[in-house]
Amino acid sequence: MARSANITWEREQSCLRLMGDWLCTTLGKLPATLDKLSFPRHTSFMVDASSIEKLDTAGAWMMHRYFSQLKAFNYSFEVQGLNPTHQLLLDRIEAQSSHIRVPEHPQSPPLLPFIGREFVQKVLHFLEFHSFIGLALATFKQWFKPKNIQWNSILKMIEETGCKALPIIGLLSFLIGIVLAYQMGLQLRDYSANAYIVDFSGLAILREFGPLITAIIVAGRTGSAFTAQIGIMKINEEIDALRTFGLSPVERLVLPRIFGLLVAIPLLTVWADAFGIMGCMFMANHMLDISYMDFLKRFQEVVPLKTYTLGLIKTPVFAVLIAQVGCFQGFQVAYSADSVGSQTTRSVVQSIFLIIITDAFFSVLYSWQGL
Amino acid sequence: MIPVKINHLSFSRNSHVVFNDVNISIDPGKVTAIMGPSGTGKTTLLRLIGAQLRPDAGQILVGDQDIHRLSQKELYLARRKMGMLFQNAALFTNLSVFENVAFPLREHTQLSESMIRRIVLMKLQAVGLRGARDLMPSELSGGMSRRVALARAIALDPQLIMYDEPFTGQDPISMAVLVKLIKDLNTILGITSVIVSHDVPETSSISDYIYLISDGKVAGKGSPAEVSVDSSPEVKQFMHGLPDGVVPFHYPAKDYREDILS
Repeated sequence: MARSANITWEREQSCLRLMGDWLCTTLGKLPATLDKLSFPRHTSFMVDASSIEKLDTAGAWMMHRYFSQLKAFNYSFEVQGLNPTHQLLLDRIEAQSSHIRVPEHPQSPPLLPFIGREFVQKVLHFLEFHSFIGLALATFKQWFKPKNIQWNSILKMIEETGCKALPIIGLLSFLIGIVLAYQMGLQLRDYSANAYIVDFSGLAILREFGPLITAIIVAGRTGSAFTAQIGIMKINEEIDALRTFGLSPVERLVLPRIFGLLVAIPLLTVWADAFGIMGCMFMANHMLDISYMDFLKRFQEVVPLKTYTLGLIKTPVFAVLIAQVGCFQGFQVAYSADSVGSQTTRSVVQSIFLIIITDAFFSVLYSWQGL
Repeated sequence: MIPVKINHLSFSRNSHVVFNDVNISIDPGKVTAIMGPSGTGKTTLLRLIGAQLRPDAGQILVGDQDIHRLSQKELYLARRKMGMLFQNAALFTNLSVFENVAFPLREHTQLSESMIRRIVLMKLQAVGLRGARDLMPSELSGGMSRRVALARAIALDPQLIMYDEPFTGQDPISMAVLVKLIKDLNTILGITSVIVSHDVPETSSISDYIYLISDGKVAGKGSPAEVSVDSSPEVKQFMHGLPDGVVPFHYPAKDYREDILS
């Protein structure tokens, strides 16, 4: 069992005693002890090193550095009892000391260049994303001839991204409907305005929550899958293989995903709208005593069709965003597994970010148009 | 069968010069090997021939077409005449062995299903894996995937086939199988073959001509017999596998002593 290195000043004997194992792993708190050590100035004293049991290069270096400091302060001292092999190591360190340079403490990089570099990187990334959208559009030209369209791939994408997402989207929308109706119901009950729950829930779910929740779930569920699939294909050289067969990876991989989502997301939004409203109905029935029939009757009267269509208009834009970001990040994957992870994260964060920005943009547009 | 001519090719990546004025001529119907230590850009060269990368200067003629001056459409047409065997096979992991080999046929031909079936079985027979047609790529060993990839690469009867490190990481038996397959495909079908490799004995045994690339330049060229007795230090070190020489054992670094003690 190694003992930690220590040093003490013994006043009666005018002796500095070094003890323990002076090893890289046991030096530990020694530097702090050395700093605190104090003894009378301008005295001559003895250094007793006989209690040192083990010494390695790090210990010898520490010892050498401390002795040099003492010498620099004009202390006179004599080292006694150092084991001959340890003395050999200390002499060796002393001989090499002129070559040893202690590295300077690394300075944290200045903030301004860091911000600048990040900014330039973001701008470049943004431009690359744009050129990727351009590439997808240019490739889309080939689909003007119906025989070139990859029906199989599109249908498979609709199944993967649409059908298989039905349960989760239905459940989450239903729960959001319940939460929303509960919070609104608390307020409405105070004003005895129970019937207005129908107006509010219709507006909130159809215009905002249905499309937004659907888009965010799809971004997390499908956008990340797109990135990972394309990223792994890139690492596996499957993308290069496609190119060598004279096929465009954008046409084969990106377009089916865009069109699959273009069909799936609006349909999923309709589904989410229905379940959201059901959640509201359920809560209205329990909390505000509005029967299901009354709810539906009033719903027809007070919620105009416009609310529904204004919500749905946004969804194709979300679809294109999610597919483009997911595929773009997939193609950005470099040849490592780490990169698949980081690009997938980035893909989800960016899609959700863009979805919310687009939603805000639509709100501004609608209010500007007085809709 | 088409020749490939590389004239005064220069290519650099992030200020690191990969090729500097390289001239290579690949004869039609022959097996040409491009060899060199790891990291000399051999795979990059294949990507340049396939026009997946653009050179900084110089041109690459495949047949009589300058591959980097073609329009997108012409390029895709030109690539159909080239087969490529990737280092890690690059099979489509969501398709079975049969579908992988059938993939280029389905994409580029209007053949009937029974015709496609016969061609796929013929190609699989050529690589000895007709019995493995229903397996998925994840169920294949490394050597088998490479053979399936080879069957896929020859599915459209290309005029030029490029092998990227075909022997790397293979056991001696698979290695011998691949050597035999590459040689047979070349002699029977007369496909112009380019092998990028650093496995000296296997590659020498089947190639008609060898180019040795080192440090961005052609360090040596000639028939296998000529290259093996070449006296230039780079060629000698590589062909005989000496650990230290013109190509240093150490990646460039500052002085060892200084590095440790600083």
